[in-house]
Amino acid sequence: MNNARKPGYAEPWQDPAEEPFVRIEGVTKTYGKVYAVDDVSLDVFRGEFFSLLGGSGCGKSTLLRVLAGFEVPDRGRVLIDGIDMTRVPPYLRPVNMMFQSYALFPHMTVADNVAFGLKQDGLPKAAIADRVSQMLDLVRLSGLEKRKPDQLSGGQRQRVALARALARQPKLLLLDEPLGALDKKLREHTQFELVNIQERVGTTFIMVTHDQEEAMTMSSRIAVMDAGQIVQVSTPSHLYEYPATRFVASFIGAVNIINATVLSQDGDRVLARAHDLGIDVVARSGTPVPAGIDIGIAIRPEKIDVAEEAPTRADNVIDGKVVEIAYLGDVSIYHVETASGATLRVQETHAARSADPHYNWGDRLYLVWNAADAAVLTS
Amino acid sequence: MNGRRPFVLYTAMAFGYAFLYLPIVAVIVYSFNESRMVTVWGGFSTKWYGELFQNQQILDAAQRSLLIATVTASLAVVFGTLAGLALARFGRFRGRGTLGLLTSAPLVMPEVILGLSSLLLFVSLQGLIGWPERRGLTTITIAHITFCICYVTVIVRSRLVQMDHALEEAAMDLGARPWKVFFVITLPLIAPALVAGWLLAFTLSLDDLVVASFTSGPGSSTLPMLIYSKVKLGVTPEINALATIIIVLIAIAVTLAGVVMHRNATQANNR
Repeated sequence: MNNARKPGYAEPWQDPAEEPFVRIEGVTKTYGKVYAVDDVSLDVFRGEFFSLLGGSGCGKSTLLRVLAGFEVPDRGRVLIDGIDMTRVPPYLRPVNMMFQSYALFPHMTVADNVAFGLKQDGLPKAAIADRVSQMLDLVRLSGLEKRKPDQLSGGQRQRVALARALARQPKLLLLDEPLGALDKKLREHTQFELVNIQERVGTTFIMVTHDQEEAMTMSSRIAVMDAGQIVQVSTPSHLYEYPATRFVASFIGAVNIINATVLSQDGDRVLARAHDLGIDVVARSGTPVPAGIDIGIAIRPEKIDVAEEAPTRADNVIDGKVVEIAYLGDVSIYHVETASGATLRVQETHAARSADPHYNWGDRLYLVWNAADAAVLTS
Repeated sequence: MNGRRPFVLYTAMAFGYAFLYLPIVAVIVYSFNESRMVTVWGGFSTKWYGELFQNQQILDAAQRSLLIATVTASLAVVFGTLAGLALARFGRFRGRGTLGLLTSAPLVMPEVILGLSSLLLFVSLQGLIGWPERRGLTTITIAHITFCICYVTVIVRSRLVQMDHALEEAAMDLGARPWKVFFVITLPLIAPALVAGWLLAFTLSLDDLVVASFTSGPGSSTLPMLIYSKVKLGVTPEINALATIIIVLIAIAVTLAGVVMHRNATQANNR
């Protein structure tokens, strides 16, 4: 998983002295009897590119609209830069939003669209003109000032929307599925561009997305949401390597989840009986797990090694035969069926050039993985 | 596809058009008739148009009708827009369903009932508060506004529903207060619907006979009322000339509305 952020990026959430820039305290929003957002608390720090990630209907968009001021929560508070904004209408918030549909004003030119917010602030004409050309420079749209939105391509419209939302120098920029309407190629390119722009302007970004890859690539931190609640908040790599729940593990990336019952624990090594595999497995857990409880053991496909001979020393070994092969160019994915009938997904990287698959349908393989690479999921 | 099917279809279409438009063509043709006899062609002449413009009674009625139609259309657009806005944008407020029902009911209500109920309302109002003192232009206009609001509401509401609500939210997000949003974003974007609504209300008011008959008073005959009363005494070529002028005016109005709506639709598609 590549990340567009540069190494050495500050991690203000690690610093207990750092004041959160956006503070969401116990926000609940219901529509009738449905809890769209259910008692959500969240801190976002200055300069972060924060993502709310989840499937449709998980409440991420509602939470974003609460931040923008379009929805007033039933309970809870929203503080931005230390000021309670819970009941402040959208036009008085130092927050701007980039809409999923871009919502460019069709009867105005590109320049007028970008200038709209500045005009509302009553800036002098010259200052507005300066700022507009500065913003169009930033999103590389100089020269298109006089175009109407319907004369622009999808990617250009997306950039106008970004320029318009950034023009007023908001303290906080909200992005609702900012890349959702772009095709795949353009989306990848735009991901990096958006991160670059964010790093240049230094504004705090909060993005809503259902695309885990997008969230992983762009974010400093991600909050995974499900059914109106936040399941886990962490950095992309931490979420991927140390998922807190089965939901997070399977929502982000591919994973094998092995159902098991805990037999014993020795330090951080947990021994558990994997019923589906018919063997006992060892996994690592940072927290104590009592014997007898049911857990899930998450192991990523790329963390399983494939061997033709049974290894002499390994934490976990199981043999099986190849039932599916998917060749993806950079990697191949094998589905391996064990003697017990369970299927494990294994990924092999093609480091050396070869047109022949390493393994074929029906080949017998040994799957090997370390306890440290398997996460214990108690919920 | 065989060759017979288009032939059958074209014949059916020709009959349909003939049924709809031959009477109108006849009216237009006979308005240029030299002869006083309506059914006998006596050569081409424009003299009935000349006589029409000498006829003060007809001119007065036409002026009244145009005045009523203009005021009706303008006020109906204002109220209809407000109602459409409330129905499309104000969420689920109490009484929304009722408002939606009440604003669309007059669309299917027989005109006779509309006219009669308006008359009863005016009569009882006069008894209760002494207003309106007598029936005339004001009462006709009020009655016309009442049913024209419904048409405008339907048009404006459907335009607003089509329009991306995020546009208004974006404007508000960028610092525009609700009233500003309405005038700078909403109004320009629904303007084609307002024009279409105005033209429709104008046309409806201009050719209404039934409601006007119920709500008019002495000396306030509208054009359709005058034509109707004249036709009862036998159609004169003057009426043909007048009808021709009205047909031309309405054709222009409908064409304008069509052009505006078409442009509106293409704009919506382009987005």
